Amino acid sequence: MIINGVTIDKTFAEAFPMKATRAIITAQNEKWAMISAQAMTGFATSVIACGCEAGIERVLSPEETPDGRPGVSIMIYAMGGKGLAKQLETRAGQCVLTSPTSALFAGIESGKPIPLGKNLRYFGDGFQIAKKIAGKRYWRVPVMDGEFLTEATTGMVEAVGGGNFLVLAESQPQALAACEAAIEEMRKTPNVIMPFPGGVVRSGSKVGSKYPALGASTNDAYCPTLKGMTKTDLSPEIESVMEIVIDGLSKEDIDKAMRVGIQAVCDLGAANGIKRISAGNYGGKLGPFHFHLQEIMA
Amino acid sequence: MSALTFTLKQPTAQRVDMSPLVCQKLQGMDVDAIAAIELQCGKRRPRVDELFYITGMNTQEIIIANATDKLDFIGKELDGGSISILGDAGAYLGMQIKAGSISLSGDTGLYAACEMKNGLIQIDGNAGDFLGGALPGNKQGMKGGTVLVKGNVGQRAGDHMRRGQILIEGNAGDYCGSRMVAGTIAVMGNTGRYLGYAMRRGTLLLWNQPHLSATFNDCGSHTLAFLPMLFASFKPLNSRFAESSAAFNRVQRYGGDMAETGRGEVLVKL
Repeated sequence: MIINGVTIDKTFAEAFPMKATRAIITAQNEKWAMISAQAMTGFATSVIACGCEAGIERVLSPEETPDGRPGVSIMIYAMGGKGLAKQLETRAGQCVLTSPTSALFAGIESGKPIPLGKNLRYFGDGFQIAKKIAGKRYWRVPVMDGEFLTEATTGMVEAVGGGNFLVLAESQPQALAACEAAIEEMRKTPNVIMPFPGGVVRSGSKVGSKYPALGASTNDAYCPTLKGMTKTDLSPEIESVMEIVIDGLSKEDIDKAMRVGIQAVCDLGAANGIKRISAGNYGGKLGPFHFHLQEIMA
Repeated sequence: MSALTFTLKQPTAQRVDMSPLVCQKLQGMDVDAIAAIELQCGKRRPRVDELFYITGMNTQEIIIANATDKLDFIGKELDGGSISILGDAGAYLGMQIKAGSISLSGDTGLYAACEMKNGLIQIDGNAGDFLGGALPGNKQGMKGGTVLVKGNVGQRAGDHMRRGQILIEGNAGDYCGSRMVAGTIAVMGNTGRYLGYAMRRGTLLLWNQPHLSATFNDCGSHTLAFLPMLFASFKPLNSRFAESSAAFNRVQRYGGDMAETGRGEVLVKL
C-alpha cells in the first residue's frame, strides 16, 4: 500500500490490556488547569519505569466542567488496578492538591470506583467537609488559598495500551515535522493519549538486551546509524525514525487515532521526505490487540 | 392507568395512621383489598373505604385528596413511587422515606421527613417543628434525600440531621440545625434564635444575616467552589432555589458550634 508516495508496511502494532481512568482538573483559568494537568501527567511516559502512562486528553471549556471553570481532561493507564489507584492518588495529592485554585473531578462515571479525593481528604486534618451533591460525594479540603474541592472517586475501566506506528523519513527534521502533524490531528480524537514527550518517542525499544539485567534495549533494526552494522529494517535513504505510542479506552479509539495520525503523515508525503510507515510488534505472541496498518488505512 | 386516589369523605375527629397506604404495600392489590385495609383512627380501626372514596388503579401513583392535618404518617417508609397530598397533612409526613417522592399542597405538622433516608419531599405550605429531625430518643435524624419547603418551618429543623438537604424558601424557627451532625440546610428567609445549637458538622446556608450565638466564630468572607455545583443540583426542583438568580458563591463563613465539635459552618450570602 502506498499513500502519497509513503509506503504503508504490511505489518501490525501489538497492544496490551491495561486499566485506565480519567480525571478532570479545573482552575481559575486554563493556564493554571494546564499547569496542574502537566504536573499530574509528568514522568508517565511508559509503565516500564514510571509506573503508569498518563497524558492530557484535551482542554475543556467551562461549559464542559462540573464547576463551570476552565479545565483539562487527563487520563492515566496502568497494567493493574492497584497500581493505577496508587498512581492516581499520589499524583493527585502532589500535583493537583498543591496547585493553586485547582479542583479535581471524576472523568469516568462507569467502571469500578477508585479513590480520587477520598483519601486526600485527610490532609484536611479533621477540618475537611463532605458534601453529597446530585448523588456524588465531594470533599472540601481547607488549604491556604481557600478550599480544594475534589470528587471522592472516579471510575476505572478496561483499556488498551501500546498502539503505535513508526514514521520513517529521509531526515530528522522531516520525521519530527511529520510526527508533530500527526499528534496535532490525533489530539482531536477522544479517549486516547499519546504518553511520550510531545506524543513522540525517538528511542523505540526491542525486547531483550545483551546485558542480562535489562529487559529491553534500543531497537537496533530501526537505528539509522547502525544500518551497516546490524540486521537493519531500514533502506539506505532512511535517516531518522520516530514512533508514536497510543493508549486508548478501546481498540476502536486507537484504530481511529492511528488512522488520523498516519493520514496526517501521509498528507505530507514523499515530497516532504516521508518514506514509510511501519509498526512495532512482538510477532503477535504477547499482546491480544493487533492493529494492522493496511487494514486501518484501507 | 389513573392514579390511585383516596378522597377523604369528611374530616375525622381523631387522628388517622396513614402508614399502610404507601406504594410498596399496595402494589399488586386490587381495589377491594385496598378498601378492606383497616387504618388506626383514635381507638377505632375503620376500613379505608369507610374514610375515603377510592378511585383509580395505579398503586405507584397515589393521590390523597381533601386531606386534613389529622392524617398522620403519610408516606411512612415509602420505597418508590409518588404520593401527592391535596390539602394539609398531619404529623410524621414522609417519616423514614427510603425512595420516591411526596408532594403536599398545604401545611404539615410535627416531624415531617423525620429520619428520612432518601427521596424527595416537597411541601408547598408550612412545616411544623423537627422537620427532618430525629424521633425522640433517637440520635440520627434525616440521613439523605431532599426536603423542599416553600413556606416557613417550625423549631429545630434538621435536629440531629446526618446527611441530605433541607431547602426552606421561607423562615425557619428557633434552633434551626440544632445538634446537626452533617448535611445542608438552606434558608432563604429569616432564622430564629440559637441557630445551629450544638451542631457538630454540616452546613447552614443562609440568605439573611442570622443572630448567632457567641459560640460561632467569624471565619471571614470567601468564594467557595462547591456552591455553584450545589445550586446547579437544585435546577430540577420546582422552587425558587432552582432560579439562576438564587445562586451565589460569595459568603461570610462562621464556624461552630464551638461548644460542641465546632466543625459546622454557617454560610451567609454576601
